[in-house]
Amino acid sequence: MAAKKEKINHFLVPEHSKLNDKEKKELMEKFHLTTKELPKIALTDAAIQHLDPKEKDVIKIIRKSSTAETTIFYRGVVNE
Amino acid sequence: MADLFKEYENLLPRKILTEVKEYLPPKCSDAKLKKILVAVYKEYSDSRAQPGESVGLVTAESIGEPGTQMTLNTFHFAGVSELNVTTGLPRIIEILDGRKKITTTMMEVYLKKPYSTGKDIKKIAETIKETTLKEFVDEISINIANMQMVIILNKSKLKVALLTEDAVAKILDKGFKGFKFKIQKDQSLLVTPSSKDAALNEIYKLKEKVKDTYISGIKGITQVLPVKRGEEFLIVTAGSNIKELLKKDYVDSTRIFSNDIFEIQGLFGVEAARQAIINESMKVLDTQGINIDIRHIMLVSDAMTMSGKVMGINRYGIVKEKPSVLARASFETPIKHIINAALTGEVDYLNSVIENVMINQPVPVGTGLPGLITKTTKTK
Repeated sequence: MAAKKEKINHFLVPEHSKLNDKEKKELMEKFHLTTKELPKIALTDAAIQHLDPKEKDVIKIIRKSSTAETTIFYRGVVNE
Repeated sequence: MADLFKEYENLLPRKILTEVKEYLPPKCSDAKLKKILVAVYKEYSDSRAQPGESVGLVTAESIGEPGTQMTLNTFHFAGVSELNVTTGLPRIIEILDGRKKITTTMMEVYLKKPYSTGKDIKKIAETIKETTLKEFVDEISINIANMQMVIILNKSKLKVALLTEDAVAKILDKGFKGFKFKIQKDQSLLVTPSSKDAALNEIYKLKEKVKDTYISGIKGITQVLPVKRGEEFLIVTAGSNIKELLKKDYVDSTRIFSNDIFEIQGLFGVEAARQAIINESMKVLDTQGINIDIRHIMLVSDAMTMSGKVMGINRYGIVKEKPSVLARASFETPIKHIINAALTGEVDYLNSVIENVMINQPVPVGTGLPGLITKTTKTK
């Protein structure tokens, strides 16, 4: 595996984190979803390189929002 | 008390919770707080969009109506200089169409501490700007008899860009094979062809080429403008190249940004691009004095970045991603879509709105959305 990439520190980039299997299962059960149905994020996306992503992973994104302060968003990793 | 707030952390947005905390009377019992939170939660869940609400339609109306009020073509002038940036309707169209090449790129470069107070700001701005040879040249003359060309360089301009005649000669020597570049005693640049039988018109061609040779600075940046904003100095540029600027140690890498959404997507990812779409759209709408709720813009940018990369709202972008043939055909170029679907044997599951309108069925919106499931028992 290549060397671990640094996390991007930029005001436009929200916090990205990878869900583990248990969290992923809970999320899928809560919303009755499959990973395919989530909004997508590319495997090569610059903001998740430090997480060492694989296909079908779920990325949790904590966005800063002007209406709700923080909102949580999920994206499924796709290889395209 | 802290327990109660924790309980509601996943139910209410953080902003509402902090507001509740702020406006709480100084002596508030747990029972009272519980009542408040229950009331707040009820109010909040009533205010949310209900399942099946056609939010996209509301967004389209809400952006479309005030959009007609927008001035057709306006330019925004940053400060006193001639730096202009497209705003108004053309810019909104540009953003929402997901254009790869935008008409005027612009960058805001924030600087690190000693420089952000104005130290050497002009010097830094000059070194960032892309320069070609013609900016340093006073005169180019061609001696036909000797087959030579003499370039006279402007000393003071070279000094501003922290360059010497030797450095310029070296750059040119590398760039043009077949010619020799030498500094003469009077600091002018002598150009001679290396082979003797070179044609004269080649020297003439060289004269034109040499003028546009890249000498120093960052490629793509055509104008620089040091600006003071509040207490801080920053550099506004026309043209953008974040990647090269991030390599410079005086640049504040956490705050640099460009109005080129695709550049941001490439360097910082989709989520940053999504935020950039919101910021750029709101900037235009605010300068036009148009009030559109930010939630509508958020929905649009979410739709544009759904697939993991920025896509425009047109038939090459998000409409192409629609799974239903009929929905795609109803937008633009219907015959193309129907023929292609027929050739590949596509199936339309009629899951969305437009298809169902077309075939006169109830649309899955509002009360049309839920289905009814009953247990059937066999009768003997």
